[in-house]
Amino acid sequence: MMYAFRAAVVCLLTISTFACGAQDKQNADITLRLWAFGREGEEVQQLIPEFERRHPGIRVRVQQIPFSAAHEKLLTAYVGDATPDLAQIGNTWIPEFAALGALEPLDAWVNRSEVVDSADYFGGIWSTNTVGDTLFGVPWYVDTRVIFYRKDILARAGYPRMPTSWSEWRRAMEAVKRELGPNRYAIFLPTNEWAQPYVFGMQAGSTLLDSAGRHGVFSDLAFRRAFEFYVGLFQSGLAPALGNVEIANVYQEFARGRFAMWISGPWSLVEFRKRIPAELQDDWGTAPLPAPGGDSAGVSLAGGSSLALFRASRNKEAAWQLVEFLSSRTQQEEFYRLTGDLPARTDAWQATGLAQDRQARAFWLQLHRVRPIPKVPEVELIATRVFESAEQVIRGGRPTGAALEALDRDVDRILEKRRWMLDQRAAP
Amino acid sequence: MTVRAPSSAEQGKAAWLFLAPALFLIGGFFFLPVAASLLLSFTDFDIYAIADPDNLRLLGIGNYSELLATPLFWTALKNTLYFVLVGGPLTVAVSLGAALLVNARLVRLKSFFRTLYFAPFVTTLVAVAIVWRYLYHPEYGLLNYALGMVGIDPVDWLGDPRWAMPAIILLAVWKNFGYHMLIFIAGLQAIPEELYEAAYLDGAGPWRRFVHVTLPMLGPTLVFVALVTMIGFFQLFAEPYVMTQGGPLRSTTSLVLLMYEEGFRWWRLGYAAAVAFVLFLVILGAMLLGRRVRRGEVA
Repeated sequence: MMYAFRAAVVCLLTISTFACGAQDKQNADITLRLWAFGREGEEVQQLIPEFERRHPGIRVRVQQIPFSAAHEKLLTAYVGDATPDLAQIGNTWIPEFAALGALEPLDAWVNRSEVVDSADYFGGIWSTNTVGDTLFGVPWYVDTRVIFYRKDILARAGYPRMPTSWSEWRRAMEAVKRELGPNRYAIFLPTNEWAQPYVFGMQAGSTLLDSAGRHGVFSDLAFRRAFEFYVGLFQSGLAPALGNVEIANVYQEFARGRFAMWISGPWSLVEFRKRIPAELQDDWGTAPLPAPGGDSAGVSLAGGSSLALFRASRNKEAAWQLVEFLSSRTQQEEFYRLTGDLPARTDAWQATGLAQDRQARAFWLQLHRVRPIPKVPEVELIATRVFESAEQVIRGGRPTGAALEALDRDVDRILEKRRWMLDQRAAP
Repeated sequence: MTVRAPSSAEQGKAAWLFLAPALFLIGGFFFLPVAASLLLSFTDFDIYAIADPDNLRLLGIGNYSELLATPLFWTALKNTLYFVLVGGPLTVAVSLGAALLVNARLVRLKSFFRTLYFAPFVTTLVAVAIVWRYLYHPEYGLLNYALGMVGIDPVDWLGDPRWAMPAIILLAVWKNFGYHMLIFIAGLQAIPEELYEAAYLDGAGPWRRFVHVTLPMLGPTLVFVALVTMIGFFQLFAEPYVMTQGGPLRSTTSLVLLMYEEGFRWWRLGYAAAVAFVLFLVILGAMLLGRRVRRGEVA
């Protein structure tokens, strides 16, 4: 059964590789296949000629894959033994592909490398690439969440600076809400996004899952505190109970003052500069996320994409050279100029002036305070269950305690297979 | 000259030979995959099993019992039935109404209206969904603007769990009625004109002509349209997938959407296969029930 399925996928994939791969073979010794997604997949092609010039005998064929199809494409490629030599991989997917055994462990390669050194990277981001003690990816660009806010509105409400503790933040939101009046909100937190409840939970000190990743710990005190803070924002009318599909154009609404704060990622830096009207450009700012205590910035998500080698590749040496090339400081800077993606290397932040940039600075600060989400393959599925539980409380009026207990039961069911496998491995 | 009649054995062989290509295709591309996914539904095939076949466990009916114990499954079943029971009759009624209008003798520009009504059916759903998302927009949407003109407060169509399914039904009816309208038009044109004349001479008004001539003569067409609509509507997927992603509060998650999410988002293929077979049984049950209702065994 399984083999039939595999065979079918193999068939389809080999047909397509033969069809499109044939003409590249003759004029180079090695043809590397690099898969990259969305805009990154488009822009990275501009860096390739320089690599090919420096490495005669290696040609690189970049295949650009839409982000929405990337995960499925990688999985089917693995099933069909048709993985590329290297690929961009969202760093939350690494545990999954590592569990599949699809990725090449990179520790030995990094130890030998003169270009890639973990000390040049943000620690929290680097650690998303390790599963157990093994490294499976090298960060390519980074991503985390910070607050985007309307400085003018906050100032009118009596807050010239973005608060740094939850309690002060909450008071500021109440003041902003009074300032804005009905049908306008202090903050927009899309109820169908998983990042916010996860981030609040991690800020409050929850590990989300227990240390072995066998059970959820969502009804524990730490997560419960965060969950109540989060749903409280909706219940007291500070945030609208809307998902991100229900707001047609977030940037427009932000410019209109429909809400004064929004938690978002680096892509919004580019979009804000492009889409917010010129007269408002001085009125928006960014800030690291507030923390429960307020003594230092709260933690946020360690996101972004990494470059990973595939175990099945026959050109690992050449593929690693491409990873090193793309990880060099100059190429990281160049890639930032092409895409606006925040560089993974901290020294590239200095040279591009990003670390000093008024609006990117919040990301610089935040990236030093990021924490990976639990490294189990089921983490994204669990994440959707978390925001759905929050939605049930926010929109369905379910009591918090009941929602969290049901969530823990649900997560336990999801992790049942994982527990069974861990036991199998421990038993033999 | 006499031609020997082929023996029945020879005839049988020839028949199999002629049937072979079709049987091969149906077997290879339909029965085999169906059998395979039935087997799949008794296992916990997932990404771990893709990595290593040793991680595959035979669960027996485990997936099915887990499914029945999952609230989300019942929500999805409820949503699907809601969609079928409200959207299905509505589609049939609207398409019959449109067919009667377009077919009426007094109407001019018949082919223009036919094309107009048929257009939504051939338009790509994704493009349609984008336009409808704007129509449904709580603040700037045309629909709420129109409601506002008659003094009705704005409705958060896609954001309110109570209104999301009606919004999806409205879209689906609009999108699909044109096709069934065409079938109804064909059915209407097959009704002999004499019947109407006779009824008219007997003093039947328009309504009685419709009830006693049109409806009985349309019987088979009506049954066909109702069946096709039901089967199609049970497989609700694309509309919520592009409009709401199953939300808000799971109010538009259909069985097929649930199956898609479990199978191709979370790669729990065994579990997803179980959803598929439950859906198959649900549709089969609905069809059998429909047949009994038609025969008048259940009133």
